[in-house]
Amino acid sequence: MADPRAIDIKEQPGFRSIAIICLLVLYVPVLILMIFSLNSGSLITHWEGVTLSWYGSAFLNEEFHAAARNTLIISVSATIVSTICATLAAIGMTRVKPWRGLAAAFMVINLPLMVPEIITAVATLSFFALIAGAFGLNFGIGNLILAHTVFCIPFAYMPIRARLEDMDLTLEYAAADLYATPWNAFKRITLPLLVPGIMSGAALAFIVSFDDFTITQLVAGPGQTTLPLYIWNQIRRPMTPEINAISTILLMVSILFVSVSFLIARRRAK
Amino acid sequence: MTTAALSPTTLSKAALFEAKAVKTSARRNRLLSLPALIIIGVFGVLPLIIICVYSFLAAAPYGGVQWKFSTDAYLNFLFQRDIFDDTLQFTPDFLIIYLRSFLFAVVTTVICLLLGFPTAYFMATRPPAQRNWWVLLITIPFWSNLLVRTLAIMFIIRDEGLINNALLALGVIDKPITMLYTNFAIQLGLLYAFLPFMVLPLYSSLEKLDFRLIEAAYDLYATRRQVLWRVIIPLSKPGIVAGCLLVFIPALGAYVTPLILGGGIHLMIGDLIAQQFGSGRNWPLGCAQALILMAAVLVALYFYVRNTAGKVQHG
Repeated sequence: MADPRAIDIKEQPGFRSIAIICLLVLYVPVLILMIFSLNSGSLITHWEGVTLSWYGSAFLNEEFHAAARNTLIISVSATIVSTICATLAAIGMTRVKPWRGLAAAFMVINLPLMVPEIITAVATLSFFALIAGAFGLNFGIGNLILAHTVFCIPFAYMPIRARLEDMDLTLEYAAADLYATPWNAFKRITLPLLVPGIMSGAALAFIVSFDDFTITQLVAGPGQTTLPLYIWNQIRRPMTPEINAISTILLMVSILFVSVSFLIARRRAK
Repeated sequence: MTTAALSPTTLSKAALFEAKAVKTSARRNRLLSLPALIIIGVFGVLPLIIICVYSFLAAAPYGGVQWKFSTDAYLNFLFQRDIFDDTLQFTPDFLIIYLRSFLFAVVTTVICLLLGFPTAYFMATRPPAQRNWWVLLITIPFWSNLLVRTLAIMFIIRDEGLINNALLALGVIDKPITMLYTNFAIQLGLLYAFLPFMVLPLYSSLEKLDFRLIEAAYDLYATRRQVLWRVIIPLSKPGIVAGCLLVFIPALGAYVTPLILGGGIHLMIGDLIAQQFGSGRNWPLGCAQALILMAAVLVALYFYVRNTAGKVQHG
């Protein structure tokens, strides 16, 4: 009779194969898309040979330039504003005695995560149409920056808050004991310890803004094409591997920022 | 243990100072939340209130609204007014799209759970170094551009796509199987889009699993199947609920996936709403449709809150 302790208690039959299948399912389609960006033929389905010319033609394309410029203006602005707001809010909601309305404030911060994107998109569109009609207010590309800032705040907020909650309060108390003013204690103790959280939050805010399609598509005015909108416009024309090249660039940006955010978070755990 | 070395007087003085500092900064600190709350309040919450108001107004002929009270938007959701005798006729077109979307979302959630649970469990039982790689590999698609990922699915299921080309080359079929712009394509796209949304919350729940409980179950002569169904699954219930919610809500309101893989032929709620603001030129109807979707999401969230609140109470 087999010793029951000889079995691995963590093992469940078939789970390994399902995990590997999931990984393949997630990566194979994207890898194929990336590989075809190197196709020397002008069709996206027939492989003819290796070339980098589609990246070259993308980089020389004026429309791509304009879209990349718009995307960077919007995501960098939204990242800066949302990360500052999220950092302040995280301090205002952790380094305090519980105040009336704290739960409600927490809900407001997280609201953009709970509302389906398409609803946020049409609501924001209606809002900007209303203020344009009633007060003649149109911030141009600022409309998109504001719309992006709203949904970037909760993404930036999460890692910053997590970091503040994990932090050892002893150091802050020690600073107060040594007659540091609250501002000095914040500047010299809390802020330096908080930097990894802020970096990781900013990276996430940048990714969600950089990749946004739904809200941007409905809110964007003429001449406000971003990279995801540019891809969408290309899909409706006969496609060349240039679209694969641009898609690959977008994926690489996401992978870079996720890895940065991930590595910062992992160093914290150690 | 530095505090233990301090004399009672310094200690109480320090405690007093600390309490004072914490208190005064506490009052000021809460004001720090204001910028974030104002931005989300004005550009996030106010727009939602505006669409509530818009849904009770009349449509302007070229998009936008007329400031005239009307319940047409909600009536139009289920009925169509006959042009000749002004009677209301039941038209289930929109209702069918809602039910279809609901079905898509449920199937997506169930299949994602069936695939995601074993994956998350397998990840949670790896040695720590390997575990980090798995988490990173699932996290990357989680944050990758959804439009590009959907495009990747489109490339492989097109008539001239990789799957059809491979089947043709192998002689399994003699003309391409149409997969793009079908319900199958949308379902596949939704699964592909939201699988990482299921795996990550499940993983963070399973990672904390106390394996001594599993050992105890085996000591008490439980079979592998019993351990899975009566120990592991009940213990990971919070993760399962969170994962299902994270898949169900965005799947129900999906916009990009049906737009690209449904080709405008097979609609889901998201495309229907966007249509009213585009070619449909009926903003109040679009607002009403958005609010009906929001109501469905709130019902789902209510079940989530009730479930997790119950969990805390029972310890």
